[in-house]
Amino acid sequence: MDDLRELYQEVILDHNRHPRNFSAMEGASAKAEGYNPLCGDQLTLYLKSEGDQIKDLSFQGSGCAISKASASLMTEALKGKSKQEALELFKKFHHMVTGSVGEEPDPSLGKLAVFAGVCEYPARVKCASLAWHTLKNALEGKGEVAKTEG
Amino acid sequence: MKSKQNLQLVRPALDIEAIRQDFPVLHQAIRGKPLVYLDNAASTQKPRAVIQAVKDFYEKDYSNIHRGVHTLSERATIAYESARNEVAHFLNAKSEKEIVFVRGATEAINLVSQSWGKKFLKAGDEVLISHMEHHANIVPWQLLREQIGIELKVIPITDQGELDLEAFEKLLSKKTKLLSLVHISNTLGTINPVKDCIKKAHALGIPVLIDGAQAVAHQSVDVQDLDADFYVFSSHKVFSPSGVGVLYAKEAILDSMPPYQGGGDMILTVSFEKTTYNEIPHKFEAGTPNIEGVIGLGHGIQYLKHLGLDKIKAYEEELLSKATLALKEIEGLQIIGEAKNKVSVISFVLKDIHPHDIGTLLDNEGVAVRTGHHCTMPLMKRLGLPATARASFAFYNTVEEIDALLRALEKAKKVFG
Ligand SMILES: Cc1ncc(COP(=O)(O)O)c(C=O)c1O
Repeated sequence: MDDLRELYQEVILDHNRHPRNFSAMEGASAKAEGYNPLCGDQLTLYLKSEGDQIKDLSFQGSGCAISKASASLMTEALKGKSKQEALELFKKFHHMVTGSVGEEPDPSLGKLAVFAGVCEYPARVKCASLAWHTLKNALEGKGEVAKTEG
Repeated sequence: MKSKQNLQLVRPALDIEAIRQDFPVLHQAIRGKPLVYLDNAASTQKPRAVIQAVKDFYEKDYSNIHRGVHTLSERATIAYESARNEVAHFLNAKSEKEIVFVRGATEAINLVSQSWGKKFLKAGDEVLISHMEHHANIVPWQLLREQIGIELKVIPITDQGELDLEAFEKLLSKKTKLLSLVHISNTLGTINPVKDCIKKAHALGIPVLIDGAQAVAHQSVDVQDLDADFYVFSSHKVFSPSGVGVLYAKEAILDSMPPYQGGGDMILTVSFEKTTYNEIPHKFEAGTPNIEGVIGLGHGIQYLKHLGLDKIKAYEEELLSKATLALKEIEGLQIIGEAKNKVSVISFVLKDIHPHDIGTLLDNEGVAVRTGHHCTMPLMKRLGLPATARASFAFYNTVEEIDALLRALEKAKKVFG
């Protein structure tokens, strides 16, 4: 059970059960769709930004616990961040979930470090990063469906 | 028929422990737990007999086939062609000329669609498939639709996961020019009444392709008894190497079809002005094939024959009913696909836990299941599900492994609880 808890941290289970910012957004300035054909995870991400700053984020969709919790925690982590900061965080997040076991997550990831266990489950990297790929599309003004390349 | 049943009683049942010893891969730990391999619908494990046959071929007889006069080439050709003979017997084909080796069930269907379909179908003609097809029996027909404007019609299914036979009969019409139907559903385990369907189609002069990818590992198939015009399957799902598939087609039909690909081996003579084609089945086997894979398939089939498909079927039915009963006891678990006639393939969903999470949680307990849409996205849409978890059993699985599955599911529920 311990090794499972490593992946399914209480925070992840909580965000799966009660996803934050889980709604459609009125007056969003950007919107993007994400889809993971491997497991059918699907999400719509809404973004409100002012100039360079992300004012608000929300999402809707369905998927596994990892993808849902990842989207939920991402929307919390990025409120108030600049676009540049958001993309930097994505880089660090991606590095963490694809990195080597036992490596300490970058401190700036904060709560997002609960996904460190994902690196032990290569098949789940796509789930954890789906929301982030979708975010990138939204920030770059690409309306198309984001796909997860890992 | 009667004598067959008597025989069954006389023959001893399968010795599963001894059989397990034939499969080296089964004896290992995954994340510290004994491997419980329940992903047989995706692909099956290989017995020592197959592994050894491929190894022996590499070490003693390896050469290209149909090409040389030297001894190794002759040996390789004989081994390859005797595998064809083995497959012909396995399906009870009239002749080994009716057996074409391809890369898999997928390529076999593509071959039929591109060769037979392009020659004999025209705009407005209908190809009838079902709602429970694998993508391999959907997309090739959509490609043909784009190319020549055929229409694709779909037989609906019931909530139990069976073909809607009434609707099927209504869909058969003068416009129907091919019925292409899955024998056993890889997602639901449903065994379709293909013999009846073939009879009804033939009554209207409609040829029939049967996708047997999931069938051949679970029960004996007799293409003459079924009267199938085309029958396809993949080697890797019958305990044999991947990269090999079989297209069976009636001789007259194969003869009437143009080549699928051009190259070496499929020709008799080539000049820049005109090329004459080789006889069937070689006409459809352009280039050097997967020689060792085909030879491995021959040995895989021998192994199955030696166990006895009747005994395999009886044992797997026992596993299916035990596993079904036990799974139903789990609170919040729903089995997807409750056809009366099923093989040992069980799809399920568990309340509040996404199938993908179930897959990871079970893997942690050493239990390998498939999760997702199982290459049947239209079926998943019909069922209103994004995905299911699927446990699929082979003859080397045990009752203890059902228990391991149950324990792992209970643990998964606890983690999410
Ligand atoms: C019913 C069915 N048809 C076709 C296929 C395709 O087989 P392959 O990928 O070996 O070509 C499969 C494999 O999953 C299957 O289950």
